[in-house]
Amino acid sequence: MTTTPLDTKPFAETAGSLRRTRALGATELRLLVRNRTALVTAVGFGPLMVLATMGIFDDADGVLFSGALLVALVAFSVLFVVYYNLTTVSVARREELMLKRFVSSETSRTEMLVGMAVPATAIMLAQTVLTYVVLAVAFDPPALVNPLLVVVTILLAAGVFAMLAYASSGFTRSVESAQLTTMPVLFIAMGLSGLLFPLDVLPSTVANLAQLTPLAPVVELLRLAISGVAADGSVVTLAESFSQGLRPLAVLVAWSVVGVWAIRRWMRWDPRR
Amino acid sequence: MNTTPPPVIEVTGVRRSYGGRSGTKPFEAVRGVDLTIERGELFALLGTNGAGKTSLMEVLEGLASPSVGRVRVLGHDPVRESRRVRPRTGVVLQESGFPGDLKVAEMASAWARTLSRPRRPAEVLDLVGLTPRSGVAISSLSGGERRRLDLALAVMGNPELLFLDEPTTGLDPESRRAAWDLVRGLVAQGTTVVLTTHYLEEAEQLADRLAVMHAGTIVRAGTPAELVAEEPARIEFTLDTPVELPALAGQHEAVRSSGLTRHSIETRALEDDLRVLLAWAHGEGISLGALDARSASLEQMFLSVASRPASDQTHPDTQEVAA
Repeated sequence: MTTTPLDTKPFAETAGSLRRTRALGATELRLLVRNRTALVTAVGFGPLMVLATMGIFDDADGVLFSGALLVALVAFSVLFVVYYNLTTVSVARREELMLKRFVSSETSRTEMLVGMAVPATAIMLAQTVLTYVVLAVAFDPPALVNPLLVVVTILLAAGVFAMLAYASSGFTRSVESAQLTTMPVLFIAMGLSGLLFPLDVLPSTVANLAQLTPLAPVVELLRLAISGVAADGSVVTLAESFSQGLRPLAVLVAWSVVGVWAIRRWMRWDPRR
Repeated sequence: MNTTPPPVIEVTGVRRSYGGRSGTKPFEAVRGVDLTIERGELFALLGTNGAGKTSLMEVLEGLASPSVGRVRVLGHDPVRESRRVRPRTGVVLQESGFPGDLKVAEMASAWARTLSRPRRPAEVLDLVGLTPRSGVAISSLSGGERRRLDLALAVMGNPELLFLDEPTTGLDPESRRAAWDLVRGLVAQGTTVVLTTHYLEEAEQLADRLAVMHAGTIVRAGTPAELVAEEPARIEFTLDTPVELPALAGQHEAVRSSGLTRHSIETRALEDDLRVLLAWAHGEGISLGALDARSASLEQMFLSVASRPASDQTHPDTQEVAA
């Protein structure tokens, strides 16, 4: 009788999924380049924050100093390139009814969410590489004990904070009000990440809780992977960087589960009425 | 092969409610709909605002599951099996939008890259007359041009089934005609179309079959001719002296004002009643003032449906709430 063109073609389905995600990513990148405010916030904020907070890391020297700066750059990037930027992107696409259009199309919701996050993740990776080069030229190159773990951490962090961004967009009426609605996550994540002050100055219960906030495992993993420094300040080898990384990795994975749940619970695909 | 192809859309006993959580009273927008749409048909769904058209369309489009009932689109559940259905359907939502910073051609080619069987974007833009605007940012398009872009994207995937939710709202008459031609062309090639519209002329022009929704149910369904045939025709005239009319098949009503009596007759036997009336007037030497005799129109059918109170007595205190 009639043909069923889409039957039993898992390969074609994966290819289609990648093609759609890439098309969305390319469109988002184009839109980001055209939106000066968003572009400056996304690209400029991370490096600016590193410059502003450089003084904190002065007590470290040489390799550890440049390592600390690279960790800071990635952490700020996660917050501003990924979290803040994607909250505004997701609100903008919802309000202009673009999400609704795609929801009724071949593109799945997951493909949309991943596609929207592609430019932010790419910018973050590019900033990391660029900052490494700048640090290597200006100071000492960061040690980069475990490059694989650096990449894994960056991708996981981008994923978690993208999901938190999509969930936050559910509380955000307009692109402008994202400045307010992103504050809780930005302040809590940044404040308790261990980036600006070591968590062990806090009472132990608070410190333990702080380690469970989403940016804390990112900072811990990056310190292990970039500088080879464990949470207790001891220096680790490549092998130890993996074993020491298991606990923060588990926290990040747990946050990605929370992220999926939060998107389902709060994200809106239709403007508020 | 002696098997008839399965219907493109099969809907049985579908209901859809909103709300009902956190103390608010649920609102039932669709209250038991059965519907079958065959391949190659252009089916129009009419109804007043709030009749449940869009709520039903969203169920057909797979954007929402019904609270009760069964839906099959192209043989599949449109929500659970959307991966099988979506590549074969196109949708113009009642409201949807674009990022204003994109140019028309950029939007079209980005959209094409998300489709399994895309037509060439330039060809489709040409079809809706947007070729001269392809280099323009979407933010500077007029409302009608945006609507045409909506239509272009919806047909770009070569859909077997096209949903059009008020596709020509905001179009000028010329663009509306062009949109009709486009839709007719698709139907001629075998595309099945489900259309909702506020323009009865549009339904009359395009639809093979139509259904009228009122208060969440389908109250009339059939071809335009069948629906019109169910409605009585009307004869109207005025007389200056009160007289007794001859016996007629239709219902007679007379209203007297400022020296004139306005007579109106609703009849299902227009030709017979008119013949009797004219013969009588001729015999009596009476002139029928402002004589007007007409068959029922789709509009008349629609208005008679729309003016009926909601028949559902099980929800006496139902109110439409902003969802």
